[in-house]
Amino acid sequence: MTDKMHIKMTVNGQAQEFLAEPRELLIHTLRERLDITGPHIGCETSHCGACTVTMNGKSVKSCTVFVAQANGSDVTTIEGLGTPDNLHVLQMAFKEHHGLQCGFCTPGMITRASKLLEENPSPTEEEVRFGMAGNLCRCTGYQNIVKSILAAAAEMNAAKEAAE
Amino acid sequence: MKDEITREDRVDALGGMGCKRKRVEDARFTQGKGKYVDDIKLPGMLFGDFVRSPYAHARIKSIDTSAALAVDGVVAVLTADDLRPLGLHWMPTLAGDKQMVLADGKVLFQGQEVAYVVARDRYIAADAVELVEVEYEDLPVLVDPFEALKSDVVLREDLVAEDGSLPDGAHGPRKHPNHIFTWEVGEKEATAQVIDSAEIVAEESMYYHRTHPCPLETCGCVASMDKVNGKLTLWGTFQAPHAIRTIVSLISGIEEHNIRVISPDIGGGFGNKVGAYAGYVCSVVASIVTGVSVKWIEDRMENLMTTAFARDYWMKGRISATPEGKITGLWCEVTADHGGFDACADPTKFPAGFMNICTGSYDIPTAYLAVDGVYTNKAPGGVSYRCSFRVTEAVYFIERMIEVLAIELNMDAAELRRINFIRKDQFPYQSALGWEYDSGDYHTAWDKALKAVDYDGLRAEQAQRVEEFKAGKTRKLMGVGLSFFTEIVGAGPVKNCDILGLGMFDSCEIRIHPTGSAIARLGTISQGQGHATTFAQILASEIGLPADSITIEEGDTDTAPYGLGTYGSRSTPVAGAATAMAGRKIRAKAQMIAAYLLEVHDDDVEFDVDRFAVKGAPEKFKTMKEIAFAAYNQAIPGIEPGLEAVSYYDPPNMTYPFGAYVCVMDIDVDTGVTDIRRFYALDDCGTRINPMIIEGQVHGGLTEALAVALGQEIAYDDMGNVKTGTLMDFFLPTAWEVPNYETDYTVTPSPHHPIGAKGVGESPHVGGVPCFSNAVNDAFRAFGLRHTNMPHDHWRIWKTANDLGLHG
Repeated sequence: MTDKMHIKMTVNGQAQEFLAEPRELLIHTLRERLDITGPHIGCETSHCGACTVTMNGKSVKSCTVFVAQANGSDVTTIEGLGTPDNLHVLQMAFKEHHGLQCGFCTPGMITRASKLLEENPSPTEEEVRFGMAGNLCRCTGYQNIVKSILAAAAEMNAAKEAAE
Repeated sequence: MKDEITREDRVDALGGMGCKRKRVEDARFTQGKGKYVDDIKLPGMLFGDFVRSPYAHARIKSIDTSAALAVDGVVAVLTADDLRPLGLHWMPTLAGDKQMVLADGKVLFQGQEVAYVVARDRYIAADAVELVEVEYEDLPVLVDPFEALKSDVVLREDLVAEDGSLPDGAHGPRKHPNHIFTWEVGEKEATAQVIDSAEIVAEESMYYHRTHPCPLETCGCVASMDKVNGKLTLWGTFQAPHAIRTIVSLISGIEEHNIRVISPDIGGGFGNKVGAYAGYVCSVVASIVTGVSVKWIEDRMENLMTTAFARDYWMKGRISATPEGKITGLWCEVTADHGGFDACADPTKFPAGFMNICTGSYDIPTAYLAVDGVYTNKAPGGVSYRCSFRVTEAVYFIERMIEVLAIELNMDAAELRRINFIRKDQFPYQSALGWEYDSGDYHTAWDKALKAVDYDGLRAEQAQRVEEFKAGKTRKLMGVGLSFFTEIVGAGPVKNCDILGLGMFDSCEIRIHPTGSAIARLGTISQGQGHATTFAQILASEIGLPADSITIEEGDTDTAPYGLGTYGSRSTPVAGAATAMAGRKIRAKAQMIAAYLLEVHDDDVEFDVDRFAVKGAPEKFKTMKEIAFAAYNQAIPGIEPGLEAVSYYDPPNMTYPFGAYVCVMDIDVDTGVTDIRRFYALDDCGTRINPMIIEGQVHGGLTEALAVALGQEIAYDDMGNVKTGTLMDFFLPTAWEVPNYETDYTVTPSPHHPIGAKGVGESPHVGGVPCFSNAVNDAFRAFGLRHTNMPHDHWRIWKTANDLGLHG
């Protein structure tokens, strides 16, 4: 066991401060220390993306980020994307287009998709497939996930246009 | 404005069978509020982690746990010696064999559980695992089942008598210490005679490689022994929670009423979560020993290396036909690699599952099947990965044999299928290997599929491509993959289907609330199939209350009725039937109440969508909502209060979903890269409960089929090392590799199922694997290829092209 580090970070808009071993993985910090259990653990090797969160504006796989690396960062998880009364467009689109089955990949999938649509608000189907390739799903065959994301993009763009 | 509510409006308002109801599960999953086993957190909870064998076959000389125990935060380290006094160092397997919980003197596969560390958190447990010193003496390794059957190396000394003789196994006599069973079905001599004297015979050997279901969530559990009241609660990733409760009771001696098993949300199963694993047993023991709750969660490598492999069948086939292509006989011999322990998850009387569905969708008069199970130094398992028991193997076998026969006959493979299909008028059809197919209309489905893809056009395009290739104008070949499959699902009739003696019925219990909403509980458990959505739809249609007013609950053995769980596409065929039958009991009582309220005889009212109305006077009616209230609150002579029902459904037969798939694939001969241009899937799963969910199941099953056919494999080296133990090496397709699928359907209801439904979740996997594989094989048919084994990864395809001399 190594000495503990003083960690400060913001998670879903809330300031967090605690002592942790530097080797603690961010996914465990979120799930076990902060009880934020939306992000899941599917592989612990960065392949499956079930643990995807947004850290300092980038999609990261929190299973391979040490809490020491996350010190001072701003983290958003699925819990920070929408509330029951004010769902994110993607959360509604995934339900509308049957973009999920067992739900285990879904938090990481939606979190990644939200970032993808920030990076590229009007992606083609091919761009969605490429941009989501870091997130594995074993249930859906991706067809309805892609459909959900494209539908959400269209809706977000329409809303933006209407607002302008 | 329409102010009259029509009958159609009332049907729509129910959200019953046939509508694309959105899933009620999605609200929590899309908000990260699912409750999976690793989300459970209890006060003082400890974490378990395994010391695992690096060797595939070794004797254990000593285990030193002292350094691990000295770590601050380590509570216990269990070895077989600790479990022996409890009789828990071995446990029964689902296949009638037994299996070490913790290594008892030796290890039989890489990754086998040797010691179980219990610590305050998962980091400390992982640290302590590294400090357990195990001294091994390595033994010769057997990874080839054919060698194992000839070898002097005995893997299971516990199964050899002191005098060297071999006691019978769970499935009869054994012919070698490493042999598990021989299972024979059909007419051996008659089949041999037919084939030996036939004008046309095609033969092929094929290996269906070992793979793994690999759900995104690994296996895990939380065991919590409450020493005050003597109750054990066990949360876990269980596809069969009730069976797990019975098994835990039988092996631990804790009475069943003192065990509560809960399957929370499950992150995909695909067969991986049917079995009972060492982690469950050790966690229960650790909780009993420590008196606090203990969590165990597999990591991905442990998952791929130890729990639940699938397939690993070496199959040899002979098929005979007349020169016109009418099939006369089929012979199938299988050597099945079961690993170090026989832990296959099959109904007891079927040691090779339903492999005897291998005559497929064809009217084959004579057939014979023999399966030999063999021990090797590989992980135990043998689960049905997104299929009913060994049906994927059977369908792959026959669909490859048909293609090989088509080559032998120099005939079109689609036409060969057509002239051999079981005809619609032959159902119920008795197959040569003992099944009674319930219903089917194969010719209609096949014609629809071939027309949809313009089959003749595809063949013309393919022929042209071959010419262009030969002329040096392209380096890409085109494959047209065909498959027509018949599944056998919904196990099953208790008369011949049980697991460890537990009959494979299923159940539903319904309670209608006074204000006209309801809760129904089932013996199954969803792992993503959307039961909470679809079972409510079945009930809505049966009892006339809106699906949105019906809660579906599964997975808690303290509240749900007993059932055998969800695998082998049995939820709809068995629990779905129980749901309909329980609903009909509700309706029968509601009819009496309605008649009383309407002051007519019971026979003078009839059910109509959401109400009972007087026959011939539809304006006189009582809605189900009104009836529910009266059931509780009105004194009705001769009828006791309340509106509840339970049904335990023992199906009279299996169901036989079928489908027709076509895959169009381009293959780059120089790189081996495949491009799936088109995939058309027609499924006939009988009555369709929710088309949206059916399509989702088909997309998912096809993608798992793509994975298995094109690259996914659990591979071992000669030393028994697992070569594909991480997601770096074990192929799971991403959105980038997966095509868009076209789905289609016909509807041929099951005649014996109350609502005619047959089940669909596994069909696309079963039919998809041979379809992808046939596409690869077909691409090279013009260049003399008869058969090449899966998985068709780029390297193997390149090798095939190279062997055929296509690289110049």
